[in-house]
Amino acid sequence: MIRAFALAVAVCSATPLWAEQEQREEVTTFTLDNGMDVVVIEDHRAPVVQHMVWYRAGSADEPIGSSGVAHFLEHLLFKATDKLESGEFSATVAANGGRDNAFTSYDYTAYFQRVATDRLELMMQMESNRMRNIRLTERDITTERDVILEERNQRTDNNPRALFGEQLNASQYLNHRYGAPIIGWRHEMEELDMEDALSFYQTYYSPNNAILIVSGDVEPNEVKRLADEYYGVIPANPDLPERVRSQEPPQTAARRIVYEDARVAQPYVHRSYLAPERDQGEQKEAAALFMLAQLLGGGTTSYLTEKLQFDTQTAVYVGAFYNGTSLDETTFDLIIVPSEGVSLREAEDAMDAAVAEFIAEDVDANDLDRIKMQLRASQIYARDNVDGIANRYGQALTSGLTVEDVQAWPDILQAVTGEEIIAAAKSVIHPETSVTGWLMREQEVTQ
Amino acid sequence: MKIFLSTVTAVFLAFPVWAEVKIQEVTSPGGINAWLVEEHSIPFTALEIRFRGGTSLDAPGKRGAANLMMGLIEEGAGDLDARAYARALESLAASFSYDADDDTLSISARFLTENRDEVIDLLRTTIHKPRFDQDAIDRVRAQVVSGLKSDAKDPNSIAGQAFSAMAFGDHPYATDGKGTIESVSALTRDDIVESHKGAFALDRIYVGAVGDITADELGVLLDELLTDLPATGAPIPGKADVTIDGGVTVVDFNTPQSVALFGHSGIDRDDEDFFAAYILNHILGAGSFESRLMAEVREKRGLTYGVYSYLVPKDLASIYLGSVASGNARVAEAIDVIRAEWTRMAEEGVTEKELEDAKTYLTGAYPLRFDGNGRIAGIMVGMQMQDLPIDYIATRNDKVNAVTLEDIKRVAGELLKPDELHFVVVGKPEGLETTN
Repeated sequence: MIRAFALAVAVCSATPLWAEQEQREEVTTFTLDNGMDVVVIEDHRAPVVQHMVWYRAGSADEPIGSSGVAHFLEHLLFKATDKLESGEFSATVAANGGRDNAFTSYDYTAYFQRVATDRLELMMQMESNRMRNIRLTERDITTERDVILEERNQRTDNNPRALFGEQLNASQYLNHRYGAPIIGWRHEMEELDMEDALSFYQTYYSPNNAILIVSGDVEPNEVKRLADEYYGVIPANPDLPERVRSQEPPQTAARRIVYEDARVAQPYVHRSYLAPERDQGEQKEAAALFMLAQLLGGGTTSYLTEKLQFDTQTAVYVGAFYNGTSLDETTFDLIIVPSEGVSLREAEDAMDAAVAEFIAEDVDANDLDRIKMQLRASQIYARDNVDGIANRYGQALTSGLTVEDVQAWPDILQAVTGEEIIAAAKSVIHPETSVTGWLMREQEVTQ
Repeated sequence: MKIFLSTVTAVFLAFPVWAEVKIQEVTSPGGINAWLVEEHSIPFTALEIRFRGGTSLDAPGKRGAANLMMGLIEEGAGDLDARAYARALESLAASFSYDADDDTLSISARFLTENRDEVIDLLRTTIHKPRFDQDAIDRVRAQVVSGLKSDAKDPNSIAGQAFSAMAFGDHPYATDGKGTIESVSALTRDDIVESHKGAFALDRIYVGAVGDITADELGVLLDELLTDLPATGAPIPGKADVTIDGGVTVVDFNTPQSVALFGHSGIDRDDEDFFAAYILNHILGAGSFESRLMAEVREKRGLTYGVYSYLVPKDLASIYLGSVASGNARVAEAIDVIRAEWTRMAEEGVTEKELEDAKTYLTGAYPLRFDGNGRIAGIMVGMQMQDLPIDYIATRNDKVNAVTLEDIKRVAGELLKPDELHFVVVGKPEGLETTN
C-alpha cells in the first residue's frame, strides 16, 4: 500500500501493452517531406485532442559545461517569437479553453496542448511557429534562470532522496551524459546564457528532428493536411548532428556511495546495474529484463516482496525497476527500505541473498503467466487513455526505436520465457557492474 | 495580442461534449442508488464507491484508524490471506484502489467485462470480510509509521500540519488523518474492526459507474456488492470553526528553499457566491501561467517555480489556501508580493478582460475533464456528494457565464481578507519572524 518510496526513484516505465489484432490501438504513422515523423492515435469518444511535438534532444545531448540547457530552453519556448508575445502562447491556449505544458528528459523535450478538436489548427500554427522563431530578451534569460534555479531547489535541493539519486546517477555513469541531472548542476545552471540557449535551439529544433503526435478525436487525413500546411513548410536542417554521445566504458569495479543528510527520516539502499536498453529490432533482452523487474519486485506477489516483507519482516518496502526506453545504456535498479531495527547492511545483504536465490531457482510459471495476463489486460485499459499511448510512442521514437518496435514490444513481452529471464538476470546482475547507495540520516553533532 | 491569431481566438460558446456524457440514475432492486454512464466501446468498467465521513470518523485517541483500516482492506479477505488475495486479484487483471481523506473513504475498481462476476465476488468479500490479520496489521502499520517519519522531515507536510493545527482548533481537521507515530502504534485489531464497521454503511454511500455495463447489470452488481452493509455508520462530527488569525509562523527547518502555506477562511461549495469565488480564484492563483500570482511572483520576478491559490471547501469547514516555495533569501519578497496581490484583488476585483478570459478558459476546459471512464466515475460521485443535480454538467457553464464583474468585486471584498492571511513558512527564511 505504500507508494512513496517508489516515487522517489527516477525509473518508471511506460505501461507496455499487448496488441491483439482485434483490439489494436488505432494508430496511423507517416513522415512529412521534410523528415518530420507524425503519429496519429484515434479516440473518437469525446471531441478533444492532444497535440504534442517531441524533439530528439534532451539533457544528454547538451554540450559539456551547459547542463540544464535543454530544460532551460524548454522554459524559454514560452516567451516571445516573431509572431507571439512573451506568454501569449499559453494565454492563447487558455483563452481557447485548453491546457498546455512541456517536459524534458535525458533523450527528449516535448511540448503539448489539450484542446477541443476544432482548435487543433491553431495549436499547429503556434507550435510550428516556435520551432524556429523564438525571440528572447536578456531579461527573459535572467528571470527564467531564477525560475529554473527555484525549480531545482524545489525538486532536488529541498529533497534528500533526490539529491541522493543525483549522486547515484553520477556514480553510475562515469562517461555518459546520463550522469548529469536533467535539470542541471546548479553551478552550471547559474551560468547559462542567451548563447547557450540559442545554440541548443538552432542545433536541435527542426522538423527533421521532431515527431508530431496527435491523439484523440482526429482523422489521420486531416492531421496530414494540417501538418503539411504548418510543419511541412519548415525546411529541414541539413546540419542536424548525429546523436553520438560518449559511451560508458565497461564497468570493472563495484562502486559504493553513502549520502548523509539531516533531513532523512527513512534510510534506504538503492542499487543500480548498467543494463542494455531496447534497440531497434533488438528488444528481446530488454523484454526479459522488464519481466525480471516485474517478477523480482513489481508488486505484492513479487519474489523480493514475499521474501523480505512477508516471509521475513526485513523491509517495509522493496522494489525492482527497469526502464528500457532509452537511447543509450540504461540501468536495472533495486531498492530496499529496511524495517525498524534492521540496518542498511543487513537489508542489503538480505536483498542480495534473495536475488541470488531467485536466479538459482526456476521462474515460477504461474507467476510469469499472471504477469503476462495483466499485460494483456493493460492493453484494454490503455485504450481509455490515448494520451498515455501518445507518450509511449513519443518516448520510444526519441529513444532510437521505430513505430514497428513499439508495436512489436507487447508480443515480444508475451514471448519471454523463464530461461530468458534468468539468463538476462545473470548477464546484468554482477557485483562489478553495480553501484550501491546508502541514504542515511546525518549523525547529529553534539557541541 | 498580434494580428496573427485574431481569426482563431474567438470565444466559443457551445461545446458538444456534455451531450456525450449521458448520465442515468440507477436504483438497484435492493434500493442502492448510482449514477451510470454506459460506454460500451472498451470492454471494461470503472466503478467508484465513496463513503462520507473519511478519517474524521476516527474515535478519540484512535487517530489514524480509518487510514490504517483502508490500507489493510487489500491485505486479505474471506478465505484468502494477504498473499493469496494479491494473487487472486492479479489473476483477474482487475485493480482495486483505496483512498482516505478528511471527508471520504473511496474504493476505485476497474475490471474487464469478461470476468466481471468473479471480480465482483472478490470485491464483495473485500468490503464485507476483510481479515485484518495481525501480521498484516503489523506490516502495514510499519509502512504507515515509516511514512509519518518521512512527513516529519518534509517541509510541505510540516507546513500543512502546522497550518491545520492553527486553523481547526480541536476538530479532527486539526490533525493528520494518518495519525501520529504514537497513535498509530497504539491501534489494536479491535480498533481497526470498529473503524471498518463505522465507515462502510448505507446511510453515507455514493456510487458511480462508467463503462461496458447496462443499468440492469449494474443494479444486480450493486445489490450483490452493497446491500448487506449496515444501515447506519459512526456519527460524522459537526462543523469546524476556522480559528486561524493573520500573521506569520516560521517553523525552523534546515533546507535551502522555504515552503510557505498561507490562507484564511474560505467559502462553502453550496454558497450562492461559489462560482464568483471560483472565477476570482482562477484569476488570482489557480490559472496556471495566466494567474496574477504566477505573473507577479514567477514571470516578472523569478522568485519561484510555482505559486498557487486554492479554494478548499470541505464538508465541515471551508478555507482558502495558497502555497509558494522560494529560496530562503527570497521568500520574504515572495510573501510581500502575494500579500500585495491579495490586497489589490480585495480592493479592486478583476478587470473585464480578466473575467472574460477566465470564463472562456473555464467553460472551454470543463469538458476536457471527462477524459476516461475512471475520471468520469469519480466526477459523478463527487457531484452526488455535493448534492448537485444529475443535469448539472449541462448547466455548469451557464453558471460560470452568469457571474458579473460586480459579483466578483463584491465577493472579492468579502472573501479576501489580507489582514487575516496567515503564512506558515518552513525553512530558514531571511527577514521573517513569527508574529504574535
